[in-house]
Formats: sequence, structure tokens, C-alpha cells
Amino acid sequence: MSPRVEAGTTLPALALPPVSRTTLALFAGASGDTNPIHVDLDVARSAGLDDVFAHGMLSMAYLGRLLTGWVPGSRLRSWRVRFTAITPVLSSPRCEGVVTAVDDGVATVELSVRLEDGTTTLRGTALVALP
Amino acid sequence: MAVDLARALARPIEPVVALVERGRLRAFARAIGDTDPVHSDVEAARAAGHPDVLAPPTFLFSLELETDPPLGWLTDLGVDLRGVLHGEQSFTYHRDVHAGDTIECRRRVSNAYAKSPTRDFLVKHTDFLRGGELVAEAEAVVIVTAP
Repeated sequence: MSPRVEAGTTLPALALPPVSRTTLALFAGASGDTNPIHVDLDVARSAGLDDVFAHGMLSMAYLGRLLTGWVPGSRLRSWRVRFTAITPVLSSPRCEGVVTAVDDGVATVELSVRLEDGTTTLRGTALVALP
Repeated sequence: MAVDLARALARPIEPVVALVERGRLRAFARAIGDTDPVHSDVEAARAAGHPDVLAPPTFLFSLELETDPPLGWLTDLGVDLRGVLHGEQSFTYHRDVHAGDTIECRRRVSNAYAKSPTRDFLVKHTDFLRGGELVAEAEAVVIVTAP
């Protein structure tokens, strides 16, 4: 982490490779979110979708990586995200964060995840304790 | 209405008690492409000042799913999982959680409301306790759509 954190400080962005079906299967098993709509094409089609889509919590986990790549995880006080669009299989999320305020040693970080077509899939805010 | 809101608010949810396992943390880290060894290697975690492998920030959500069926709190309400969307998720941390910890997840539907005849919102609050101490909290906003 850079020595001085202030409003406007940007976190190093995290660009993910395309979300593969293998990633969705591994995440379903490891996370315990076994909703078949994320891994079973037949179930996705029965719900009227063309294909499976990624777990929202996979994208939030990527945002977690953005944060813990910036500061040790123990400094994360709280955070909240809103899922604004689904992440289609094979799309490539990009996680970004920018500090919008620093008060009493706690940074407010605005978070977003976007896909290559510009769709924003997550927006959120984190409170991070500074050293 | 996609779900019985009064029933969702009144119906208790069984708590989940789950052990945080090193292997599970390693598999989780691999699935999300996290190569920070503090989440997968005991020695690296100890070198960073932790007693054991550190759970990543969203892993607590997975502990709640350590029950059968994992989304039983929804399916018990008659919810068709194909119509469920995850609207919002938050975490508040009070203590780090590590491999070897046994965590009790105490859950309740804290709010339930309809936004349209075919879209209901359920807010689930979870307290995560270790030996009776509150270590973290989470809130999930789940959108249930009628077919």
C-alpha cells in the first residue's frame, strides 16, 4: 500500500480472465452455493435463460481479492455490495476501487465490477482501517 | 406474491454450526484465483501473525451453506431457486476467522417486503459466533421473482 491514502487514491485494479464453466463448477463446490442455475445448462434453459451465469458471490469474492491485495484482510471493517447485473459465463470482470474519504484513520472505498462491454455488475462501498 | 412474506418473517431458521477447514479454505482460494498464501498455507499465515490459515472476506457466506439443503431457508418457504436473485450482500467484521474455528451462524429474516406483484424481497441477517463471541455479521437481500 502506498504510504499516503487520501480521497482520490485508486486501488490497483484487478482484471480477471474470462469466467469459465470450470471456474463456476469449482466455485459451486468450494463455496457451497450449489444452485444449479450456475452450473447446469439444462436448469438454466428451463428458467428461460440461454446459458448459465456466474454466482454473484464469485464477483464479490473477486472484489475481496481487490481489497486484500491492497491491505491485509484484517483491516477490512465492513462492506456492502449491490448486484446490478448478471455475469454471463465467459465474460471478464474487472474490479476497481477508489478512496472517496478518509476519516479517523478509516478509508471509504467505492467499489465496482465491470465487464468488457461496460456493464456494471456490482457496486459497493467498503470501510478499511488504515495503519 | 412470489413468497409468503408473513411466514418468511415468522419462521425461525435453523442455526448452522460449521468448522472452518484448511482444505476448504484452500479450495475456496483456488476457485477464486486467490494466490495469497495467507489463505492457503499455514506457515505463511503464521508468518503474517495469524494462528492458522485466514478465511477470505466472503468465506463466511459459505459457512451458512454447510447445511442440507444449503438454501433450505428459501426452499422451505416454497421458493423456486430458479427465480432467486441475489440483490445485495454485506459483511461487518469484529474478529478474524481462521481454520480450526467452529462458527455458529444464527440467521433470521429481518425484513420481507413486496416491490411488485411478482417481486418479493427477503432480508436475511446472520450473526457469526465463535464460542459465543460475535465475530462477524452479514446481511443478504434476496429477490424472489414469481414465474
